[in-house]
Amino acid sequence: MKKIYILEELCCANCAAKIEKKVVALDGVQSANVNFLTTKLILEVGEDAVTEVDAQVRRIVRKIEPDVVVREARK
Amino acid sequence: MKKRIALLCASGVLLAAGIVLHHIGQTVPALAVCVASYLLTGWRVLWKAGRNIAHGKVFDENFLMALATVGAFIVGEYPEAAAVMLFYQIGELFEHMAVDRSRRSISELMEICPDTARRKTPDGSEIVDPEDVQIGDVVLVSPGERIPLDGTVREGSAQIDTSALTGEPVPRAAGAGDAVHSGCICLDGTLEILVEKAFSESTASKIMELVENAAARKSRSENFITRFAAWYTPAVVLSAVLLALVPPLAMHEPFQPWIYRALNFLVVSCPCALVISVPLSFFGGVGAASRHGVLVKGSVYLEALADASAVVLDKTGTLTEGVFEVTNVEAHGISSQQLLRYAAGAEQFSSHPIAVSLRSACGDLPPERDVTDVKAFAGKGVGATVCGRQVLCGNQVLMREIGVPCAQESDIGTVVHVALDGQYAGCITVSDRIKKGAAEAIRALRANGLQTVMLSGDRKAAANAVGGALGVDEVHAELLPGDKVAQLEKIISAQSGKTVYVGDGINDAPVLARADVGVAMGALGSDAAIEAADVVLITDEIGKLGTVMTIARKTMRIVRENIAFALAVKLGVLATSALGLTGLWLAVFADVGVCVLAILNALRALRMK
Repeated sequence: MKKIYILEELCCANCAAKIEKKVVALDGVQSANVNFLTTKLILEVGEDAVTEVDAQVRRIVRKIEPDVVVREARK
Repeated sequence: MKKRIALLCASGVLLAAGIVLHHIGQTVPALAVCVASYLLTGWRVLWKAGRNIAHGKVFDENFLMALATVGAFIVGEYPEAAAVMLFYQIGELFEHMAVDRSRRSISELMEICPDTARRKTPDGSEIVDPEDVQIGDVVLVSPGERIPLDGTVREGSAQIDTSALTGEPVPRAAGAGDAVHSGCICLDGTLEILVEKAFSESTASKIMELVENAAARKSRSENFITRFAAWYTPAVVLSAVLLALVPPLAMHEPFQPWIYRALNFLVVSCPCALVISVPLSFFGGVGAASRHGVLVKGSVYLEALADASAVVLDKTGTLTEGVFEVTNVEAHGISSQQLLRYAAGAEQFSSHPIAVSLRSACGDLPPERDVTDVKAFAGKGVGATVCGRQVLCGNQVLMREIGVPCAQESDIGTVVHVALDGQYAGCITVSDRIKKGAAEAIRALRANGLQTVMLSGDRKAAANAVGGALGVDEVHAELLPGDKVAQLEKIISAQSGKTVYVGDGINDAPVLARADVGVAMGALGSDAAIEAADVVLITDEIGKLGTVMTIARKTMRIVRENIAFALAVKLGVLATSALGLTGLWLAVFADVGVCVLAILNALRALRMK
């Protein structure tokens, strides 16, 4: 299923690329894309991995960009 | 923002004082003032650097800046350390502003979806979230408002501005019964629209989704930059370490100047200018194209369009309307009008496209009761008695069979010969109409050095006539759908650049998929075409292909400029730093300054007309 997160206060393009690289490598994630300009993280994730991936995404973002607030976009 | 600027000013004043004190030899007060100036702007950088190290993340910008400036303090260059931090912060501020600005431009571009819809209720109306509107609901749109969902006008009429979707500046009239698309602006009337598609399936949402997701299909340039960045930073940091250690240890040089040079390296090691400006340029190009009514589904296709050397076009539906009409009537012994009337009368009950075109060309059809004895000759024509005269109309084969000599067929279109009471009475030419702007579009493509090839399932003579009229370089006719793929593959293998295929997206999905870039002339709202193609010309104008190719080339130029500029400055500054010719100032410029300039350059892509 498709999930969209908004990464508020994302202000470093290189960090956005790093976040994308880490998220793509997660188990259960089929594809992930961080759009620095719209500050959106769009990912395609397996149905049964959703909760696990959600936690992992937040952990990755906190580690790479501690100032970014992760918010899930409403569908 | 204001607070940040005030902090920067205060820090600047302190720094100026520090420099003066330093020059008159007051070392200790100078150091104190410089440290104050440094901390005023730099505390955040130091704090973030410390926190990131605690998170196990070492080589980030904050860490490198902190290391470089603290290092400068240690080697005794304290006015410079404070100045560099200040300069870096000013650069960051500019970078922030530039990013903000591009984000604003982009959200303007994306503002085609309204946030609210006015739904009609039994006793008036209510403002609701467009996502909550159901199919079958009625929404009201007043002058100046955007149409929130796709549907049909139930009541009212208005001029609507479709430019956000199609790039078409002239408003279109919409009245009861007309289909309207979300994203258009209602200009002067009030419309009651019966909703036919949910919000997420409506045109504006679809377009926004496509434009936004275009970033996910990365171009070669973007992948190159990502790979380059992953390699660049560690390499520069490693060089910095070597620069600081090797000359002093191996050649007994003093440590201090070499450490200073190494600090320069650290500042230049951030790849941000590249990482941000290349995707931003592509995003701008995709955005500019969508403003012209062209959807590009990924930056990779923009890159391929700029690199195209051949354009292959389907004939029917792409270069021609796909609608037959009477283009010529040659009558012998009777008037053209009468000839048409007899022929149309004989074809009265046929649903063949040619019969339809004959009937629509004939203003006054003979009454049905005057048409009798209708006979069809499969593959040849028809015969009937019309108003008492025996009419036979069909192709040359039919005429030969009944022993009526007929004129030579011209090479354009399909010719219907007519015999009245066994005597030749003339012929009617029916052909497909060439689309408006098609000839200009072909001319423009050829002027840009592109090879143009037309593919058609039609007979050779008809295809050649259209090809000749348009001036395409090559025509391949009488192709079955499977042959088109084979033919396209032949063309692709003969090309040095990329091959673009343009079709109507309805029956040529395999060909669209096989081309380097598949372009569909999709009428607005045709999901099949949007699905199958890489690029969609929303309006049915073939001329838009030239527009998007120009945008693609300009975007690529901006991308190349940015890559070349950023790399040249960074490598140049690395070289001069290693030689000890330039200091931290220039290194900071090579970091944030280049980033700001690259963003500003990328913004040009967004503004492309």
